[in-house]
Amino acid sequence: MFLSVFFFLTGKLREMLPLHINQKLRKKEMGEENKVTLYGMWASPFVRRVKIALKIKGIPYEYVEEDLRNKSQFLLQYNPVHKKVPVLVHNGNPIAESLIILEYINETWKNGPKILPEDPFERAKVRFWADFLQQQFLDSLRSATKSSGEAHEKAMKDVFEKLTVFEEGTEGFFPNGTPHFEGENLGFLDIVLCSLFGSHKVGEEALAMKIIDPERHPLIHSWVTAMNELPVVKETLPPHDKMVSFIQSLRGNSLD
Amino acid sequence: MAAQKVKLLGFWVSPFAYRVIWALKLKGIDYEYIEEGIFNKSPLLLQLNPIHKKVPVLIHGDRVICESYVIVQYIDETWPHCPLLPQHPYERAMARFWADFAETKLLDTAWLGLCARGAEREKAAKLAMEAVEKIEEVVKGKKLFGGESIGYLDICLGWISYWLPVWEEVGSMQIIDPIKFPATSSWMNTLLHHPVIGDNLPARDAMIEYFQKRSKDI
Repeated sequence: MFLSVFFFLTGKLREMLPLHINQKLRKKEMGEENKVTLYGMWASPFVRRVKIALKIKGIPYEYVEEDLRNKSQFLLQYNPVHKKVPVLVHNGNPIAESLIILEYINETWKNGPKILPEDPFERAKVRFWADFLQQQFLDSLRSATKSSGEAHEKAMKDVFEKLTVFEEGTEGFFPNGTPHFEGENLGFLDIVLCSLFGSHKVGEEALAMKIIDPERHPLIHSWVTAMNELPVVKETLPPHDKMVSFIQSLRGNSLD
Repeated sequence: MAAQKVKLLGFWVSPFAYRVIWALKLKGIDYEYIEEGIFNKSPLLLQLNPIHKKVPVLIHGDRVICESYVIVQYIDETWPHCPLLPQHPYERAMARFWADFAETKLLDTAWLGLCARGAEREKAAKLAMEAVEKIEEVVKGKKLFGGESIGYLDICLGWISYWLPVWEEVGSMQIIDPIKFPATSSWMNTLLHHPVIGDNLPARDAMIEYFQKRSKDI
């Protein structure tokens, strides 16, 4: 009897607390406070970006593998607009789109290495080039993988031209000429580049064509090679043979 | 750094250039405007933005920044007074998400509708309307996306309040039905009546003429 009165009274006291404190307490009780969940797919370079960022920041998280042919109710609930991975759920709040997730991680977890530079101009530069890779370059690559014959050759020429633009545009990022990384301090643009080209050998094997040629694009090649030595990058690399088969089947499907 | 001279390369009818104009004006930043002819690009533009060869380009001292949403964030971070992006990281993520959504699902499709004909135009207009349905849910119950004052998302989506009705007229399409989308319509109205937006828009007649010509050319 005494216990039930006690719980009744504490419940009533809880109701008197401001709403945002009540919500915080409830989330804590439900184990959602500071809980981080990443919905992903093993082969997705976009998901890989988020994994790398979470590892760099040392943020513990739960990973949920999605079957994209049979999307879970959670994915559809957390990303109803695009229904895609990656989705990061933090404190019950979902964030979609890999580059937006990276900015969110940078702004929320202030300890540890910075993913974006502090200086607004340096930030603008990395955002610009990340957007270039994400929009211009990926569009060209998609055209190349979906075409064959003459159309494919033309598309590949465009891919290499875009790589050259990137190579020349980012030369100034490395005053000593050679990309070098301290510890695991990958930044926003490094992560995007790594996710797209880190597995370039896999892509080259699967598609029987050279994408990152050290003679044609020495900076990109040395940049990617330097990153591929880092444990945080190695640990997030999808299995080689599985990836080769996956890319081959994607190419096969897109040419049907 | 903030005290250094600011210049903006723009084009009189570009909604992307206007994002930057609105951001500069909201922050009370003095700048020199340089008009570019997009069909006859100046050596200055080609030198400053060799990658995309597009406006807007912001020049701040010896710094050059391209791409409207990169520029607006640069402005917000360099001149932190009157913040445009929300303070909380989750709300910032939402603002960025919806800005990106509107760009790819509404602006691109509405532009496609303007340039297409017949069934292609109808299809694009339908997709654009589906995008507005989602935006309607986000803006419901709000005066502006930024709350009581104009924020990043209002700036990024501001073209909807003025360019989109022009494209609808030129393309004989209806994308924003005020009965179907009352919250969006109300937001458009609020934006147009805001002095910084309302006093900084291209002349409508000239826009109609321009887009009529462009849609035929394309």
